[in-house]
Amino acid sequence: MRKILIVDDEPNIVMSLEYTFKKNNYEVFIARDGQEALEILKVQQPDIIILDVMMPMVDGYATLEQIKKDERLQHCKVIFLSAKNKEKDIERGLSLGADLYMTKPFSVKKLVEQTNELLTD
Amino acid sequence: MSSYSLLIILLFYLGILFFVAHWAEKKANSKWTNNPYVYAFSLAVYCSAWTYYGSIGVAAHSGLSYLTVYLGPVIIIPAWIVILRKIIRISRVNKISSLADFISLRYGNSRFLGALVTFISVIGIIPYIALQLKAIAETFRIVTQTSISSNVFNDTTTYVAIALALFASYYGTRYVDASEKRKGIVTAVAMESVLKLFFFILVGVYVTYFVFDGFEDIYAKASLIEGFREKNTIGGLPQALNWFFLCLLSLFAMFLLPRQFQMAVVENNRESHIKTAIWLFPLYLLLFNIFVYPIAWGGNILFSGATANADTYSLLIPQYFNNTTITVLVFLGGFSASISMIVVASIGLSIMLSNNLLIPYGFLGTLQSETQDKNSKRIVNIRKICIFLLIIVAYLIYRFYVLDYNLFSIGLVSFVIMAQLAPAFFGALLWRRGSRLGAISGMLIGFLVCVYTLLIPYGIGITNSSSTFISEGLAGIELLKPFQLFGLDYLAPIPQALFWSLLFNTIIYLAVSVSFKGNYRERNYAEMFIDIDKYSTMHENAFVWKGTAYTRDIEKVLKRFLGEERTKRALTIFNLKYNVDKNQEQADARLIKFAENLLTGHIGTASARILISSVVKEEKVSLQEVLHILEESRENIIINKKLTETSNELQQITAQLQKANEQLLEKDAQKDEFLDTVTHELRTPITAIKASSEILYDDDDIPEELRKQFLRNIISESDRLNRLINKILDLEKFETGKQQIHGAKNSLDHTIVTALEPLQQLIRNKKIVVHFVTETVTEAWYDEERIIQVITNLVSNAVKFCPETNGQISITVMETGAYLQTSIHDNGKGINPEDLDAIFDKFYQSTNQNIKKPVGSGLGLAICKQIIEHHKGKIWAENKENGAVFHFTLPQYNSTENE
Repeated sequence: MRKILIVDDEPNIVMSLEYTFKKNNYEVFIARDGQEALEILKVQQPDIIILDVMMPMVDGYATLEQIKKDERLQHCKVIFLSAKNKEKDIERGLSLGADLYMTKPFSVKKLVEQTNELLTD
Repeated sequence: MSSYSLLIILLFYLGILFFVAHWAEKKANSKWTNNPYVYAFSLAVYCSAWTYYGSIGVAAHSGLSYLTVYLGPVIIIPAWIVILRKIIRISRVNKISSLADFISLRYGNSRFLGALVTFISVIGIIPYIALQLKAIAETFRIVTQTSISSNVFNDTTTYVAIALALFASYYGTRYVDASEKRKGIVTAVAMESVLKLFFFILVGVYVTYFVFDGFEDIYAKASLIEGFREKNTIGGLPQALNWFFLCLLSLFAMFLLPRQFQMAVVENNRESHIKTAIWLFPLYLLLFNIFVYPIAWGGNILFSGATANADTYSLLIPQYFNNTTITVLVFLGGFSASISMIVVASIGLSIMLSNNLLIPYGFLGTLQSETQDKNSKRIVNIRKICIFLLIIVAYLIYRFYVLDYNLFSIGLVSFVIMAQLAPAFFGALLWRRGSRLGAISGMLIGFLVCVYTLLIPYGIGITNSSSTFISEGLAGIELLKPFQLFGLDYLAPIPQALFWSLLFNTIIYLAVSVSFKGNYRERNYAEMFIDIDKYSTMHENAFVWKGTAYTRDIEKVLKRFLGEERTKRALTIFNLKYNVDKNQEQADARLIKFAENLLTGHIGTASARILISSVVKEEKVSLQEVLHILEESRENIIINKKLTETSNELQQITAQLQKANEQLLEKDAQKDEFLDTVTHELRTPITAIKASSEILYDDDDIPEELRKQFLRNIISESDRLNRLINKILDLEKFETGKQQIHGAKNSLDHTIVTALEPLQQLIRNKKIVVHFVTETVTEAWYDEERIIQVITNLVSNAVKFCPETNGQISITVMETGAYLQTSIHDNGKGINPEDLDAIFDKFYQSTNQNIKKPVGSGLGLAICKQIIEHHKGKIWAENKENGAVFHFTLPQYNSTENE
């Protein structure tokens, strides 16, 4: 079973994501901000991470930078999922090494499709 | 004392002089050479050997009349603050470097007038220089107790003259531009002025207190001498008239002696220095005169019956008592007085000779086609040769001519000749109508009268008995007796000559000027001279000129004299000053005047005009037009001033606009950030709603419990969206002033309890303990509904902040002055200290843009701030050891009504 880590501080969004990915046979881990995510990543190596940008304490960009430093997480795909939809935000996210940048509001179906696609590559 | 020892002392003294001049040239910008005292002392070049020795001679022979030479200047000096300032300003602006330039420029830049002034000055001053050489020679003989050598090469004066000629031609022609300041010469002269005064006072004190027993002793003894009473009384009207004319004469001399003009005007580098000179210079003259009388009459007492030359009493007295030191020092003082005069006068004359006579009438043609290097060298060489020749000619005159006359008489003859410049000179400052023709004819006639009444009689010898010219008049005509012209017999020769020459001079100047109008150029300069204060900054504007001229041609002429680099620099300055495009081909009146000025210092005003007009095509302008243009330019200057003021104002406004614009840009950036934040905030619930709805729509076999949960999410997110929109609108209302505060007397106790009620569920969920303490009456003046909003916001924030377990919130109300302060304290982890002030800002973004604000939507606190400020209260946050505290104050009484 593929492992997914969802990092977002909005509980209702997290709930939707958790439900959907569980239904698509993912093992789901949840973090409410970057700090929590990094804690989880110390013990888990998910196949894919869905990362919000604007979060309390440690933001999505900083979290990704930490992830990229961790050798054990090299295989790990990352999707940014953010309401920040300006070009420069997207560019920044991708330049940091994310595999995909999706803007909020998003289609759950599409997100799952994209995720599956990323993992079968 | 032997000739050799004195010669060695002299050489040593000259060496010091060279050194001072050299040092001052090097330190041209230091305050040692640029102070008002150096300027004031340098003016004392006025006190030549004539003052130093001659005054004593006059005082000994004819009593008090020596005083006139000092009274004249002292009378006019207070007026310097106006007159001299004006002369200096005119000269600075037009780059005038001599009297001849000054007078000829005013009368339409007349080449002939400049040459005439030069000629008169040379005739007037050369004998004066000869007189100084004579003083040096005579006093040298007295000190060394030798007799005059008939062999020119054995005469010390020959060598002194040559040394002086070298000194003056070297330091006097350092710059091609004659209007440049000669710091070396000025400083050396100032030093000599101090020395000669010091030595003179020294001998004065010696004679008065060591030879005699003070002033009274001398007076008592002198009054016994025959003729004392008559000599020291002003004898009726004729004597008074003599005095009057002598005072007038020396008053003119103060302005018109080339050496005075040189020092007071050309070498002046700051107008403010006049302020010091107007008290220091009269004081100097006073100090100089204190001991003239005691020395003169002391000498009369000591040498009564002997045939001692009274001029040299100051040397003879100490020598009589074998005091060699004082004798030599007095000699050095007199030497200083002589050489200062010789050096400065010869420099002044050489500039006139080169710039107003030789170049415009002779060398201009050759200069016109040479390069700058050669021209500069040639001009400097012309001046060097002039200085040299002047001193040598003066020496020859001394050797072969003036040996018989005393210092005083030759000095006065010189003054009378120079006084012929007075009508034209003072007319230049005061009278617009004065014309070139008037100036020339007046000056010529005046000079001829001088020749007849002074030069011829002095030439043939006053005491020459073989000629009947003096005693019987020209061809025996009684009325033409040179010393009693037209039967005027109660004036002494000098005042008489002054009276007639000046009378003719002035009347002719006035009459001719009134009868024959000058041309437009004369009138133009008349306006520029008289109204110099109006034109001193933008004076090129006042120059009237019409015709065609090309910048290129003018530039070419300038380069011949200034060189490539200086020409470029000067033109750049011009373009900047008048805001002229540097590529402009046509030259206007301003550039022509500017170019003439640049050349004036090098070759004189007349040559400058000739050179410039040779490359331009000038059209005649009528007098009417000149006046019209000047009127316009005067208006222009006023308009310019106004424009400058307006442009200053505009600049200020621009600055303000810029600032406002920056603020707007900043606001704009803040607005963008705000919009970013708001859209982000709006998208978040929409995202949640969309995600939940999508799941509900697509997934049919979703468990009932979860289905309901998703629907609940949709509802709560919709509410959140609505709240958000309300908040934005609220904030907008407060900011645009549409939101009204409905103040009333309320009790905070009650309001807080009301506000807490809807939050109870939230508080219970997190198991938070709320303490509510009031320490005072809680009555205050506020809009209850709004304050409930504030408290709700702050308490719900506190709830969010509180830790999951053991959360505690305490609310306190206390009195601070006229305000009630409510504080809401949680035991969470506090606020990032950097953000404490900014969290109330609706546009606030944490230093890291992607970090979410610590609490709520971020708009809540901004609204709280607006509400509290509309109540005239304050809201702020702080961190305590155990969590964050939010405070806000409310007035206890209606504060809006009191306003």
